[in-house]
Amino acid sequence: MNAKKELLQKLQQDILLWQGFKPHCTGNAERIGLGEIENSFPGGVFPKKAIHEFITIQPEHSAASDGFIAGLLSVLMENGAACVWVSTTRNLFPASLSLFNVEPERIIFMDVQSEKDVLWITEEAIKCEGLAAVVAELNNVSLIESRRLQLAVETSGVTGFILRKDGNKKASTVATARWKVSPLPSVTQDGLPGIGFPRWQVELLKVRNGNPGSFILEWAGEKFEEIKKTGNQPIWSDLEGRQIG
Amino acid sequence: MQRRFVSIWFRQLLADWQLIRRPELAEVPFVFAAPDHGRMMITAVNPLAFSFGVEVGMRAADAKAICPGLEVLDDKPGRPKNLLRGLGEWCVRYSPSVSIDEFGMDGLLLDVSGCPHLWGGEREYLKEIVNRLKSKGYTVRLAIADTPGAAWAVSRFGKVTPLIPSGEHVDALLSLSPEALRLEDTVLAKLRKLGFYQIKSFIGMPRSVLRRRFGEDFLLRLAQAIGTEAEALIPLKVPVAFSERLACMEPIKTKTAIEIAIQKMLENLCNRMQSEGKGLRTGMLTGYRIDGKIVQVSIGTSGASHSVSHLFKLFQLKIDQIRPALGIELFVLDAPKVEDVDVPQEEMWSSKPGLNDNSVIRFLDRVAGKVGAQAIHRFLPATRYWPERAISKAASVTEKASNPWRTDKPRPTEMLKVPAPIEVMALIPDHPPKFFIYKGVRHLVSKADGPERIEREWWMDKGEHRDYYQVEDEEGCRYWLFRSGHYGGEQQHKWFIHGFFA
Repeated sequence: MNAKKELLQKLQQDILLWQGFKPHCTGNAERIGLGEIENSFPGGVFPKKAIHEFITIQPEHSAASDGFIAGLLSVLMENGAACVWVSTTRNLFPASLSLFNVEPERIIFMDVQSEKDVLWITEEAIKCEGLAAVVAELNNVSLIESRRLQLAVETSGVTGFILRKDGNKKASTVATARWKVSPLPSVTQDGLPGIGFPRWQVELLKVRNGNPGSFILEWAGEKFEEIKKTGNQPIWSDLEGRQIG
Repeated sequence: MQRRFVSIWFRQLLADWQLIRRPELAEVPFVFAAPDHGRMMITAVNPLAFSFGVEVGMRAADAKAICPGLEVLDDKPGRPKNLLRGLGEWCVRYSPSVSIDEFGMDGLLLDVSGCPHLWGGEREYLKEIVNRLKSKGYTVRLAIADTPGAAWAVSRFGKVTPLIPSGEHVDALLSLSPEALRLEDTVLAKLRKLGFYQIKSFIGMPRSVLRRRFGEDFLLRLAQAIGTEAEALIPLKVPVAFSERLACMEPIKTKTAIEIAIQKMLENLCNRMQSEGKGLRTGMLTGYRIDGKIVQVSIGTSGASHSVSHLFKLFQLKIDQIRPALGIELFVLDAPKVEDVDVPQEEMWSSKPGLNDNSVIRFLDRVAGKVGAQAIHRFLPATRYWPERAISKAASVTEKASNPWRTDKPRPTEMLKVPAPIEVMALIPDHPPKFFIYKGVRHLVSKADGPERIEREWWMDKGEHRDYYQVEDEEGCRYWLFRSGHYGGEQQHKWFIHGFFA
């Protein structure tokens, strides 16, 4: 009985490895700075060899997702590698990425006409081992297309981010994780006037072999900072506290 | 190496060409005629008309009198040259250096040094050319000799053999008539008058005597035929330094076969380039189809490369554009633009990833080949405040930023290409809005930062300055709004939304 259990565990480990998850390691080298969120993934490690899907319907959401991804890129691109950003209708303002510790000149933007080209470039980019990550803005991804991307990712190790703009077509995909990042009111230090660090509600809608959850995260200038949900700390500031800078 | 030249003489270039186009003329005597001084002069004759006694240089009216059923076709100036150019391009399969015979405008001159052995010897080589041209419908005579002049002479006037062995071209010339030297009519008439019917009768004369009688040009032609003076042939296509050709035993039609052909040629080409330290920047694949048409695809790389797998992938993207029709019988792969490859840099790449990474450059080449290089952008900071102009496109993959990116001012992660007008309620003179309406939705502003005034670049465009506010609505969404100019101006819309913060 025990032997059978061990065998199953071994199999599970192997499958996870094939799917791009790294087994849990003791060092902090593999941490990506997401704090508690990383524990939602199997093994407690953010899967780099995987496709991450972001649901962004409104421009506010896509702006928040851009910020969140930029924060991740700052870690993924630490070793000097480049990143590719593919889109048909790009609104991302490259200069803003420097606020997230990313060198905008190391991001190669590809602005193409059709979704088909975006998919082709995404697949080619994901196969290119010299890149750190690929961000693709797509309206819709089918199951087959996402599987192709996932297979490519598993061999090359490039992290893939897909920003899905159309929420109505909730097609099932084989993405490892599905995220939704929505903006939250910022909190300034000691009630000072003005706007504080960008703060988001990061919802992990789906994780393969992991535990979905909802988290509150802030980009504290240099790195992500997790806001613990304590009982009495108000997240929303009061209206009358509205002040100008 | 002894140089060898082939002269191809198209005996009835225009007549053959017309017969290929209109086979029904096979049994009809026809001539080409062009207007000259108010009359139609015959410029080309077909054999049937010739047998009636019609000759080039006759008037069309006279010819019609001799030969009742004669068909007179219009000739266009420059037509022989166009035909010869087409035939010459086709003949590139036999030698990379093909030139048009400018003297008679009725033949081609090929520099075939080092080519005939590929066809199994000079005899087989000549036979192949004659047979192929004959199967197309052209009657030709050709000759191979050590000089273009001798080959020209033997192809037109030779009676013994078209194959003049190396070093024997002077002997072959001796018994030919002076016309074989490509001379002017006046010189020829003078020679005939003096009784020089064969080249051997004057070839031994002192140069000074010949020059006095017949001029410098005569001596030049003689020297060119003998080989003491080099003759410069202007090739139709300048041979490319790095070029590979692959003749196929059977016409090629399938994608797999084309891929194999490209792979084979690339291996040879890249080997050669590697040994010389060069890399390909542009490559062109030409396929010669059996119906005489040519198909071409070209690739470009952003950095010199001699990697077979990379270049092959670039060609793979273009294979769909090749239409083999009945089949391709010859492939030529040219590298018109090559550059030196920095060899030590390759080691640097493998150790440190980045934009210079080999695999990234290859990926960029593939994208440029598929969707075009204009789709690929990289941005560098520009030293300007105006948000739309704060970034500039990088000229190349390797271009470095000369100034650091500014991080002291807030900039939105998503910026609208054109600011959108919004309705606001704001306190004057310079308070941020209390609420704003964008796309029909009312956003109540709870926090705000600003204003940040950005002046227009007055030397470039006229208009109002902008006062930017960073605002956050009740839901926590952050926006970048601006007021254009001061209150009380003449503008319709005062407030705009320009971006979304993370």
